[in-house]
Amino acid sequence: MRFDDWLHPTPKGLYCPPGDFYIDPVKPVARALITHGHADHARPGHTSVLASQQTLDIMALRYGEGHAEHTQDIAYGVQQTIGDVSVSFHPAGHVLGSAQIAVNYKGKRIVASGDYKRADDPTCLSFEPVPCDVFITEATFALPVFRHPDDRQEIQKLLTSVAQFPERAHLVGAYALGKAQRVIALLREAGYDETIFIHGAMQKLCDYYQSQGVDLGPLAPATLEKGKKGNFAGAIVVGPPSAFADKWARRFPDPIAAFASGWMQVRQRAKQRGVELPLILSDHCDWDELLATIREIDPEEVWITHGREDALTRWCELNNYTARPLSLVGYEEEAE
Amino acid sequence: MRAFSHLLDRLILTPQRNGKLRLLKDYFTTTPDPERGLALAVITGQLNLPSAKPAMLRDLIQSRMDPVLFALSYDYVGDLAETISLAWPEKASPDLPNSDLHLSDIVETLVKTSRRETPALVEAWLDRSDSSVRYALLKLLTGGLRVGVSARLAKTALAQLGEHDVDEIEEIWHGLEPPYETLFAWVEGTGPRPENDNPAPFRPAMLAHPIQDDDFTKLDAGDFGAEFKWDGIRVQASAGLALDGTLKRALYSRTGEDIARAFPDLMEALDADMTIDGELLVLIEGRVQPFNVLQQRLNRKTVSAKMMRAYPAHIRAYDLLVEKGTDLRAQPFSERRKRLEQAVASLATSRIDISPLVNFDTWDAVAAARQTPADHGAGVDADAVEGLMLKRWDSAYVPGRPKGPWFKWKRDPLSVDAVLMYAQRGHGKRSSFYSDYTFGVWRDEELVPVGKAYFGFTDDELKEIDRFVRNNTINRFGPVREVTHSQEVGLVLEVAFEGLNRSTRHKSGVAMRFPRIARLRWDKPPAEADRLESLEALLPREDRV
Ligand SMILES: [Zn+2]
Ligand SMILES: [Zn+2]
Repeated sequence: MRFDDWLHPTPKGLYCPPGDFYIDPVKPVARALITHGHADHARPGHTSVLASQQTLDIMALRYGEGHAEHTQDIAYGVQQTIGDVSVSFHPAGHVLGSAQIAVNYKGKRIVASGDYKRADDPTCLSFEPVPCDVFITEATFALPVFRHPDDRQEIQKLLTSVAQFPERAHLVGAYALGKAQRVIALLREAGYDETIFIHGAMQKLCDYYQSQGVDLGPLAPATLEKGKKGNFAGAIVVGPPSAFADKWARRFPDPIAAFASGWMQVRQRAKQRGVELPLILSDHCDWDELLATIREIDPEEVWITHGREDALTRWCELNNYTARPLSLVGYEEEAE
Repeated sequence: MRAFSHLLDRLILTPQRNGKLRLLKDYFTTTPDPERGLALAVITGQLNLPSAKPAMLRDLIQSRMDPVLFALSYDYVGDLAETISLAWPEKASPDLPNSDLHLSDIVETLVKTSRRETPALVEAWLDRSDSSVRYALLKLLTGGLRVGVSARLAKTALAQLGEHDVDEIEEIWHGLEPPYETLFAWVEGTGPRPENDNPAPFRPAMLAHPIQDDDFTKLDAGDFGAEFKWDGIRVQASAGLALDGTLKRALYSRTGEDIARAFPDLMEALDADMTIDGELLVLIEGRVQPFNVLQQRLNRKTVSAKMMRAYPAHIRAYDLLVEKGTDLRAQPFSERRKRLEQAVASLATSRIDISPLVNFDTWDAVAAARQTPADHGAGVDADAVEGLMLKRWDSAYVPGRPKGPWFKWKRDPLSVDAVLMYAQRGHGKRSSFYSDYTFGVWRDEELVPVGKAYFGFTDDELKEIDRFVRNNTINRFGPVREVTHSQEVGLVLEVAFEGLNRSTRHKSGVAMRFPRIARLRWDKPPAEADRLESLEALLPREDRV
């Protein structure tokens, strides 16, 4: 039988008929298997959800305990039978609790990797390659121009700028789940032990990371006591990118806008967003990592989901991999 | 090169002047000679290394990667140098030198390399660099480096390394060559002030601001002198005594380029120890010729006797900077003007004369002179009057464009000097030429497009622009080419138009009616093109903000 018969895209998401479940569905469904806590992959309103404990915790933090009628956690590497298939979860190296989902059926295996990266990340477990027949890969940064530099070198850029402009606040835009904590953890690794100020929207997730053993050092809310603009001179403030455009950002003295994102690789993109200090830090694979992963896993087929599907499909053709763009909808290209 | 490329990366994204100054200063402080001096030369446009054409770079990258993947990448990034810098697949070879590439290596090697060997050389450099260095390198080699830093700003940063004023740097700048080691030593207090031993040196020119309506209410007409501004090329004619007592002479463009060799007729006339600021014109039988006649004498390395007879060059003097070894620039204009009149009168030539003062006691009288120059001293040459210069009687002659002492009041206010940014192929008869031009003016350190023009130029001018476009393309977007438009390199177009409105459709916020190319200003560096403020001042009053 064709792989397609037991796992295929539908408008609600990737569906597995013999197990009667969806992976990362974008609409409410009866049974959802969820790779990680980013909002475009983990949505509220499903009847039952199977995910890693950390992903379930993160969903509860974001949507409240009642986000699904029924939840069940699954440890990495454990096989669980659902209908006629068995599934297992494996670290994806994307954010805390992120997993690839392996689906086994009649001696064949498809791995849906969700979002993943190969670079080291002090805030989550590293990606584990799982041998499989079909590998479903994301393609967020699947263009040869995306080659993420060493993350420590990027953090050094931030620290250099803080030393160079000690009278100004450095506002670092970073997505609230994963990127923010990674930026903070990398700053700590680099020996920065000052208090780091965070936007209110990040408090709960940072607390949660700390409770899971990720050391983020001293954090404080980036709130302002009246008339004390100078408080943030020389400080590092981390907030969601969306907050930087609004009034919130105006409380800081002559701020330098930094943004931690894989998109910052392209100068024009940084310029358009008014970013002064781009930090090329991504929780996705860059081009080289995508190719290395496909070569390492060496699947029979590569299925390509959200992102730059055209370039990766082309590369697969040139390198004799059967490739197929899945054209799943509902995943935001911009989200990290 | 690593530190330099990081500096460029930061400068490109730093909007604030003070931020840029800090970045430059820190770079100059932490980078050794001669690297920092070469970097200064690159930023100030004194070091041009155009040795790679876009086609060559395309060939290089396509020998390394699939053309389809390259096309997808280029399409996404939109800038050739940046695409290549990011996508360049390094050869994972252990014998590649890992050391940092230096600007000095690049400069020295390029001089000794033939055109045929250049691609291999560039390829080797790309292999030993990271993407940031590759970007800087490719921009350097294609001449498309734009970091939003004017030469003046870079010199200001340099001055701030010590307790110097930027004008002190301007003063000696033109006698110096990259990598400026003596200059750095002087600003850092470890060496003497570099002496300019040229007896006829260039003195940085003083420029005027366009006058605004409300300036008149704030200014007292009695404080100002007015003279006609002639429609030619602003020059500085400099003559001084060498140590052996001979008179050395030079003729400089306003940016300090010595153009004396093309004007032996004028140089002969400049037979006294003095430095004059004036307008280069062609006079035939005492009458000032239109600009396109003058153009016959421009952009030439040498000149024939026939040419000199047909188009006799002339200087109409505005100001006297030095006389008999005495620097007059700190003196008030009233004093300099008096001495200028005597100095010019003492010359045994008719090739150098003086721009007459306009008599007035009210601003209304100045306005009348601007309206009808023929009746106010310009006589038969009224057509060659571009406008009026208003100079404070007490103003010293200082380099740059200080606010307040000098104003210019153009006769036809509906024209601007803009910089060519993009060109597109025309239609029909013109489809083989780049004939649709998008031009911009300065806002802070950046050019913003203000309009498009399709006509106004002659067939010869069309060919000249087309050649410029083809030789200076830095990007292509379908039928459109982006051309080099830095502070130092680019083509200045004098654009005339019928009117101006506010527009939300344009980034600049203004839209021109019926813009046309009135003239090509090869003589003008892009940095001296008009600023957006001068355009905004021409908006109908209710449209101003
Ligand atoms: Zn994600
Ligand atoms: Zn995703």
